[in-house]
Amino acid sequence: MKALLLRDLRLAIRAGGGLGLGLAFFLIVIVLVPFGVGPERELLSAIAPGVLWVAALLASLLSLDRIFALDFEDGALALLATSPLPLEGAALIKAAAHWITTGLPLTIVAPLLGFLLNLETTAYSFLWISLLIGTPALSVIGTFGAALTVGLKRGGLLLSLLVLPLYVPTLIFGAEVVRRGADGLNATTPMLLLAGITAVAFALLPFASAAVLRVNLR
Amino acid sequence: MTLSVRNLTISRGGLPLLECVSIDVPAGEALILRGPNGVGKTSLLRTLAGLQEAEAGEIDADPDELLYASHADGVKSQLTVVENLTFWAEVYGQTVPEEVYEHFELADLKSRLAGTLSAGQKRRLGLARLGVINRKVLLLDEPTVSLDQVSVKRFASFLQTTHLAAGGSALIATHIDLGLDAPTYDLSQNIAAPTPLDQDEAFL
Amino acid sequence: MSVWEYANPRRFMGWTAPVLLWVFGLAGVALVTGLIWGYFFTPDAARFGSTVKIIYIHVPAAFIAINAWIMMLIASLIWLVRRHHVSALAAKAAAPIGLVMTVIGLATGAIWGQPMWGTYWAWDPRLTSFLILFLFYIGYISLWAAIEDGDTAADLTSWLCLVGSVFALLSRYAVLFWNQGLHQGASLSLDAEENVADVFWFPLVLCIVGFVLLFIALVLLRTRTEIRLRRAQALERRMARN
Repeated sequence: MKALLLRDLRLAIRAGGGLGLGLAFFLIVIVLVPFGVGPERELLSAIAPGVLWVAALLASLLSLDRIFALDFEDGALALLATSPLPLEGAALIKAAAHWITTGLPLTIVAPLLGFLLNLETTAYSFLWISLLIGTPALSVIGTFGAALTVGLKRGGLLLSLLVLPLYVPTLIFGAEVVRRGADGLNATTPMLLLAGITAVAFALLPFASAAVLRVNLR
Repeated sequence: MTLSVRNLTISRGGLPLLECVSIDVPAGEALILRGPNGVGKTSLLRTLAGLQEAEAGEIDADPDELLYASHADGVKSQLTVVENLTFWAEVYGQTVPEEVYEHFELADLKSRLAGTLSAGQKRRLGLARLGVINRKVLLLDEPTVSLDQVSVKRFASFLQTTHLAAGGSALIATHIDLGLDAPTYDLSQNIAAPTPLDQDEAFL
Repeated sequence: MSVWEYANPRRFMGWTAPVLLWVFGLAGVALVTGLIWGYFFTPDAARFGSTVKIIYIHVPAAFIAINAWIMMLIASLIWLVRRHHVSALAAKAAAPIGLVMTVIGLATGAIWGQPMWGTYWAWDPRLTSFLILFLFYIGYISLWAAIEDGDTAADLTSWLCLVGSVFALLSRYAVLFWNQGLHQGASLSLDAEENVADVFWFPLVLCIVGFVLLFIALVLLRTRTEIRLRRAQALERRMARN
């Protein structure tokens, strides 16, 4: 398991682009928002929690199709499936590698981008914690989508179409945590619910991902 | 008997492909699969490896002793030769024995990125996986693609002297003469009659 | 004889042919009576005026929109566990019907919403849930369309339906948490307090029965079409081999 994680991280770093691309996309979306809605500080401050979460979600969507596609094309996935490593474990590791290369960097830079949108000072810690709890769910859900579409020639667009509706609960609770933080309210309930969604995703989706991978490898 | 197949029927894309395939590979021996392109050599090996389901028949083998090598060998261009092999060794809970680099002429290339290797060198790296993972029954699909004659000979001698001599066995789909002292099995005799499969039969 | 025998494609084609006509007929009778009764023989509601009469389409369509997905979920499970082809094809057949019902539900809701709430669209939890359901239907149908091999498509869409159901349920509660909304309570719950008045209730039930029968008839019809398509494919394959 550790070997696969290290290999995937090494590949992500050496392949170039993958790591920085998501971050650059995140930055660009955040920069574009004020151009679209206008520079008023109050307005930006009001929409900042939601915009930051939506942008992070879209940025983590970018690299999903690479989770299995390369291993599928060069045969490594078939060799992995016949190895002693359970495919469920492989799916979980793939999701973890995706999170470390996209979700984690997004979480780290999100507070910086919060400045650009004039996010309330009370909300920064909530933004950080909500992304830390929520983005792993995005990676696990995305891994399921990637496993579903791995055998398809042009699966990229379909992948987004399938995965985005599954992101709804995470987005709702994640953005709610930040919003309540910004308004100085108690954010414990949405925080627990967000963690609950992540737990459900981790408990169920590796099995579903492995099942659809087996179908696609037939 | 380390691998024994009885009356196997397999299909590809909903079409029956091979039927009544019966194969025995005893310990210490190899069997060469032959047959024209598209006859179903790859499908047979994939079925034995457990990647696809057989329509009928029995496969008698210990899944923990099987090792499948497809002609796409999963070599990662951005990893070095050592990293590529170490990864597979760790997945199988083993370490890379030094002599593998000798057997597959990779000793001088150890720290090179696989992406910078020639097609033949890459192929040798892919095959070196077989030497790293110590398994009794090898299922090899076109192992010698893009190898020159010298490398083919070396690979054959690796199979003969290291693998088979130690009591391992191998089922090899290939078009060329490996120079192995092994019987051949022609799959042309098993081409399935055009009967509908269960999956289709219900609709006819 | 096991009940599963009826799921054999050939038997299925046999018993559905006569049944189909009856279901279509009954659906027609129920819908015509229900709608005429509802539209011409019920009084205008005090609070809603004559706009209330859209419930005879709105409520049954919404009811089918949800239950079509539940039917697809059950059919998917049956396919994954017992591998009956008809089950997978029935799930495939139901999806576009569910999609259309969702659109009808949303559209009639918007038309009704304008006089009632002064807006065609509000991010009310129930409206939002239906919008999400709409996205799930689109994803499911697109995945079916994208995969060529029938059995692979059946497997993958079944898994999507399973996972989608879990997340649709989570979304439903997430949306409730997110916005409390302005929808009235259930129109049809057994709890008489929040129920609509009897005069409206009977034709409404008749309309719902009509929509359910129509749904069953359409699913049977579309499943029969899918079976014929698969049969044509199987015959083509056999010809190609000969």
